[in-house]
Amino acid sequence: MNGKKEKKNGQAAVMKKILHSIAPYRLTVIVSIIMAAASVLFTLYLPILSGQAIDYIIGYNDVDFDAILRIIRNMIFAIAGAALSQWIMNIANNRITYRVIRDMREAAFRKIEVLPLGYLDSNSTGNIVSRVVADVDQFADGLLMGFSQLFTGVITIAGTLFFLFRADVGIALVVVLITPVSLFAAAFVAKRTYSMFLQQSATRGEQTALIDEMIGNQKVVQAFGYEDESLSRFTEINERLRDCSLKATFFSSITNPTTRFVNSLVYTGVGLTGALTVISGGITVGTLTCLLSYANQYTKPFNEISGVVTELQNAIACAERIYKLIDEVPEVPDAEDAVELGKTSTAENMSESGKTTVAEGAKKANKTVAVQKVTNMRKNSSAEYEKNEVEAIGKNATTGEVVLDHVAFSYVPEKPLIENLNLSVRPGQRIAIVGPTGCGKTTMINLLMRFYDVNAGSIRVDGEDIRHIARHSLRSNYGMVLQDTWLKPGTVRENIKLGKPDATDEEMIAAAKAAHAHSFIERLPEGYDTVVTEDGDGLSQGQKQLLCITRVMLDLPPMLILDEATSSIDTRTEQRIQRAFAKMMAGRTSFIIAHRLSTIRDADVILVMRDGHIIEQGRHEELLEKGGFYAELYMSQLRRA
Amino acid sequence: MWKLLKYLKSYRKESILAPLFKMLEATFELLIPIVMKNMVDTGIANRDTGYIVKMCLLMVLLGLIGFACSITAQYFAARAATGFAAKLRQELYRHIQSLSYREFDRIGTSTMITRMTSDINQIQTGVNLVLRLFLRSPFIVFGAMIMAFTLDVKSALIFVVTIPLLSVVVFGVMLASIPLYRKVQEALDKVVTLTRWNLNGVRVIRAFCREEAEQKEFEKENGALNHLQIVAGRVTAVMNPLTCVIVNGAIAAILWFGGTQVNIGVYETGTVIALVNYMSQILTELVKLANLIITVTKAVACGNRVQAIFEMENGLAEAEYISESEAENRSESPAVQFRHVTLTYQNAGMPSLYDIDFTAKRGQTIGIIGGTGSGKTSVVNLIPRFYDATEGEVLVDGKNVKENNPLRDLRAKIGVVPQKAVLFAGTIRDNMCWGKKDATDEEIWQALRLAQAAEFVEKKEGGLDFAITQGGRNLSGGQRQRLTIARALVKQLEILILDDSASALDYATDAALRESLKHLPGNPTVFIVSQRTSSLQSADCILVMEDGHMVGKGTHEELLKSCDIYREIHHAQFPEEGVKVS
Repeated sequence: MNGKKEKKNGQAAVMKKILHSIAPYRLTVIVSIIMAAASVLFTLYLPILSGQAIDYIIGYNDVDFDAILRIIRNMIFAIAGAALSQWIMNIANNRITYRVIRDMREAAFRKIEVLPLGYLDSNSTGNIVSRVVADVDQFADGLLMGFSQLFTGVITIAGTLFFLFRADVGIALVVVLITPVSLFAAAFVAKRTYSMFLQQSATRGEQTALIDEMIGNQKVVQAFGYEDESLSRFTEINERLRDCSLKATFFSSITNPTTRFVNSLVYTGVGLTGALTVISGGITVGTLTCLLSYANQYTKPFNEISGVVTELQNAIACAERIYKLIDEVPEVPDAEDAVELGKTSTAENMSESGKTTVAEGAKKANKTVAVQKVTNMRKNSSAEYEKNEVEAIGKNATTGEVVLDHVAFSYVPEKPLIENLNLSVRPGQRIAIVGPTGCGKTTMINLLMRFYDVNAGSIRVDGEDIRHIARHSLRSNYGMVLQDTWLKPGTVRENIKLGKPDATDEEMIAAAKAAHAHSFIERLPEGYDTVVTEDGDGLSQGQKQLLCITRVMLDLPPMLILDEATSSIDTRTEQRIQRAFAKMMAGRTSFIIAHRLSTIRDADVILVMRDGHIIEQGRHEELLEKGGFYAELYMSQLRRA
Repeated sequence: MWKLLKYLKSYRKESILAPLFKMLEATFELLIPIVMKNMVDTGIANRDTGYIVKMCLLMVLLGLIGFACSITAQYFAARAATGFAAKLRQELYRHIQSLSYREFDRIGTSTMITRMTSDINQIQTGVNLVLRLFLRSPFIVFGAMIMAFTLDVKSALIFVVTIPLLSVVVFGVMLASIPLYRKVQEALDKVVTLTRWNLNGVRVIRAFCREEAEQKEFEKENGALNHLQIVAGRVTAVMNPLTCVIVNGAIAAILWFGGTQVNIGVYETGTVIALVNYMSQILTELVKLANLIITVTKAVACGNRVQAIFEMENGLAEAEYISESEAENRSESPAVQFRHVTLTYQNAGMPSLYDIDFTAKRGQTIGIIGGTGSGKTSVVNLIPRFYDATEGEVLVDGKNVKENNPLRDLRAKIGVVPQKAVLFAGTIRDNMCWGKKDATDEEIWQALRLAQAAEFVEKKEGGLDFAITQGGRNLSGGQRQRLTIARALVKQLEILILDDSASALDYATDAALRESLKHLPGNPTVFIVSQRTSSLQSADCILVMEDGHMVGKGTHEELLKSCDIYREIHHAQFPEEGVKVS
């Protein structure tokens, strides 16, 4: 069947990738193999030594103590050798396994950083977390077992096979012919169980997604008394997980008894042919005993290997899910000839650490003459920037001119959202965007920040299509505060210094004061060192917004995007912040989305949006005079006052 | 960890049968050498081909029985382990659901998620292995010792010394590595936290060009995890070599001592061979065990972490007394009453609310206004008892909220629309049914209309069947807010709490919403937390909050006259009017 073939190919492809991941540690792998060989040799040598010793214990008053002592001395060396080689092998295996999974987690994380937002918006957090955590863990278990048992097993088989052939070729052939049966059995079971393990991992991912959603929003769950429902949804998945987990665990564990059964057939086979050969006078009873014990020695590793094979199946299934994430298509990388907009302090930081693929384009661009000027200017201006920000902007290459030219965009191809949007923003202009909810305001920000790419038309900053600007450069030219507040788990200080980690405490406090956040931060139990949990508990929504504003205040870029940035902040504080912003916005292009008309009134241009179109455009007074949609909105607010 | 084993109870049969069948299998395995001995002694000696064939068939039969036993054992072990893990997850989930806001604030979401997933997976693997193999090892180790005693008491003393030594190694390694594995899981928590933040906060991270820095931080945490794993691995790596040394040393001792015994004629060479064989059997068994010990150790460490969550109790204390006064005529008592309430959050330096005292009559609309962080949300959080008042009492329907048992009865009549508009993956209908499981489409549409959401829902593809992605990412902020309001309105409410839940709405929608809230079915008591005085103007009573204190109480007009702060807030928003009034 085609499907089966595909599955097999998929598995082979995953194996190839795993080998590729292990490749950097090939030296350690070689050490591990050598040590495995050494420890097998020593362990096989020890019984031979004790056998020899027994030969010197013949009977009453007939024991050669000198010889025994000599042998025991040899034994001590062998024991030391075995122990040492085993120890080194264990350490080597540990190192390989954990280094490999560390690399894998890093690769997965690196991918997360460059995945398109469309992917992250449509895939649940829990499922991705499950891959980075649970799947990698399971993979590590399998890999470690594989390393520690596979090599020793294979070497033991080779060793005993050698002895077996030396003892009697005919019987050795019987053994060699029967054992593949156990391998076939193991392979048969393994093939069946692979899909079961894959399903187990997928169900786990599904469950993690539910847990992440429900536990992550536990407060809402409790407020609605949804606990029972949530539990029953959990139970449903949990039961499915139990069933497929049982299937995977049980069917995979069949391998071991099966190989053991086949091995007992091998043993019986050796016994039968051996006994018949003895009767026909081919070998002695002593040789038969010896052969039987070798047959035993020989089959044991098969048991161990077959146990590992199932473990490996699980590991490969998990690895497949991880590689799927790692191999996900990233954001379209920056164009080869992507330019870098002139920028001040953060750009400086960036170019220092700009080793990634994302910044690569930008680095190349650095070489072009046009940008060379900017680089020089940046160096000069970074010091002055602290002193006089407004002046620094003047020297900046980014003037803040933004043009939207026949822009069309939709999240889903069938449902056009923004069509033929045109807008020309002069440097330093304040643009306010108003309109009913869901009219495409937030989408516009997604496009300006290049979280999503336009479907048609273009957005230009300083005359440059933003698809030709290095993402880092574009984004660091914008300061963004969104309605949704995302705080990083960590201290308040870390959160504020997010965009400018090397800021001094004085700068941080100055920014906090400008954002009117200083006084409440001071009152927190640990001040700036208070730890904010993931959900920002202990802080009110408004306080979280103040922190987000402080973040931007600390490192004010040439352009600003404020999407309902002050929606949860009381009006008095908001006005003070507005004043602070207004001072800083001088000379900066800014996009403001707000419902409070006090914010909008002073804007240079007010865009009234509806269903993805700009229906009105102009200054506050002009729009009021026009008596259109904006006037209606404004009046509806005034009516209540 | 051991307390968790009670969840194995419903799989008692399986957890007894699995090791039992495993031992049966081992016994059949042990029979095979005897059959072989017979074959050699009788069959070959008599040149009886028929007997040899018969014995071979017997061995095949024994092999088959062993095979059957083993499969049965595997089945029961798998059933017990997966069943146990499922039960454990189920109970843990149930338990987490019962925890209050306080515990959630304290330990955070990420670690709960790791414990529910990664830790329980480890426990499952551990239980499965223990049932299948862990009992077999002591069985064989002690079996070998007993057999040694039957051979020769004096020589068996070597076993008596060896076995405790081996136990010291096995348990020593376990004891040393359990705390290490706990640290490993803790480090894993951090990795999860970072991963979640990078997924959820992706817009902020990219806007601030933090990808590099986040990557570095991840590498740091991941490196710490990696380091711990390697350290823990180093400890367990010692076990195999040590057992090898001890057992082989014991074999050397047997050879020497056995030699002397044979020399003086206590027993013969065969006994020495047998003793050596028994000792090697122990070694084989322990080597197998060593490979499993990591799994078991991890399982124990993880078990302790899960147990820690189970030990965490709901911080909301049970009611200590029944207040007599209002107990009787509840229908006439006010909907909500705060009596000198002070609230101090856990680990917070100072109270968030000071001496709050007010009464809300049935059907009234209460507005709450005040500066950022002034305690508005804290006030409304006390009504559905998300937190407990530190001092004073909160009464709903004349009954202290602490007396509601179960808590669900209280929360059933309260509709809460939180500040953060949270929606869940599923259809719009699924989300609407949160408040009322069996809500009809008509009821849902009614609620959507009230929340001013009907219009855009109608436009969505599939209407109520429109699929919302996790967190409602495919909706705009305002749409999310209106849906969360509608979700609360599907419920049959006595009290509705709107915690600044119209902040993302434009004024026209906000006005329409407020108009419809005036005519809610059942005439519930409504609490509106807002930044906008315009939203509260028609409220029966407005509470003005400032730094946790209630600094004003009254209607819009009253407050404009009497309350400076209120006036300031209002005029900040409507400067023109400010001029007019003053």
